[in-house]
Amino acid sequence: MKRLLDVLREDLHLTGAKEGCGEGECGSCSVLMNGDLVNSCLVPILQTEGAQITTIEGLAIDERLHPIQQCFLSEGGAQCGICTPGMILATYHLLERYPQPTLLQIQEGLSGNLCRCTGYTRIFNAVQQAALAGATG
Amino acid sequence: MRSDATQYDLIAPRSLDAVLQILADSPNRYAPIAGGTELMVAFGAGRLQPKKLVSLWNLSELRFIEERPDAIIIGAGSTFTDLRRNSLIARELPLLSQAASWTGSIANQNRATLGGNIVNASPAADSPPALLAYDATLTLVSTRGTRSMPYRDFHLSYKKTALAEDELLHSITVFCNFNGYIQWIRKVGTRNAQAISKVAIAALARTRDGIIEDIRIGAASLRETPARLTATEQSLLNQAVTPATIAAARAATLTEARPIDDIRSTAKYRAAVAANLIEEFLLAL
Repeated sequence: MKRLLDVLREDLHLTGAKEGCGEGECGSCSVLMNGDLVNSCLVPILQTEGAQITTIEGLAIDERLHPIQQCFLSEGGAQCGICTPGMILATYHLLERYPQPTLLQIQEGLSGNLCRCTGYTRIFNAVQQAALAGATG
Repeated sequence: MRSDATQYDLIAPRSLDAVLQILADSPNRYAPIAGGTELMVAFGAGRLQPKKLVSLWNLSELRFIEERPDAIIIGAGSTFTDLRRNSLIARELPLLSQAASWTGSIANQNRATLGGNIVNASPAADSPPALLAYDATLTLVSTRGTRSMPYRDFHLSYKKTALAEDELLHSITVFCNFNGYIQWIRKVGTRNAQAISKVAIAALARTRDGIIEDIRIGAASLRETPARLTATEQSLLNQAVTPATIAAARAATLTEARPIDDIRSTAKYRAAVAANLIEEFLLAL
């Protein structure tokens, strides 16, 4: 019973999703499963049969950064980078539902993604810039 | 330490009937797993006891929300996101909608199911206080047939439920007759998001000419199971909300609450907060 996270990282060598807590608290392993944000450390691989999985590697098209990635870069919304792939996928999921989110909606949308470099303000700024740039999924 | 994945076997039959047949053929052998937000945590930590698991994830027979003239029926496989996004539940069952919104994170809500929250039977779970206040009915299913029972009778003792080994929770029914009721819910946790409750209370009541005619209070983290606060309810029935009845209700809550000291809080704090929440609810009537 492999976890989706292990298949991604060890079998497919897609190392963008990180293992932080391994118990669904930190969001470092976030991926999209049929468009829904999930913690890949809590998904048995069998349950992904037939599902479309999008990792951070799948967000940039033709080696160009996705606008959300660009905004995280320009706003300094990343420090050590461990939480960043999950933050960006959570943002993608948030903007799909709320293209112009309030700060409260941003905070809730990203509340399952922990940053230990204390960078939340810049991360929230990056999400707001991405929304302004019309960076919906 | 991480579990050895090769020691675990997960199967995913494509129908509810097939799952029930497997549970009937080999009771106590397969443990059901839905969104995995509980069991996969144990798996990751190397302490998942069952070695054979059967997936319920996304079985259409368990993932539905149905409106009847007098009731709402929620399939046990409905996720918290399904509940949050459902306008019927937002309108008719605001306590459940609110509880769904503060369960885990968005990623957890996309996977965690209402049925899982109930059968996992944590005394701190988020949905039970609301379901107790609504006096929900559970429908259990097995190859032997279906049976219904009041949710308030489902939890027998700590982590022990009325579910037989070959049975699954199929659905949760709430009869909607809440016209004229005040509905109230509050969770006290370490932070707003992704916290496990220190204490949570959901309650509803109907008053007439200032007298409480009907009242139901569901609580998390106050007893060894999610539980109705029946002594508190009894102290308030046919009473007006006055300083004296508030004091009596607070005393009743302290009498029937059996909170524990653990990593998240202390028994003393939980009891004090529970009494304060009861008072806050009564002042809202």
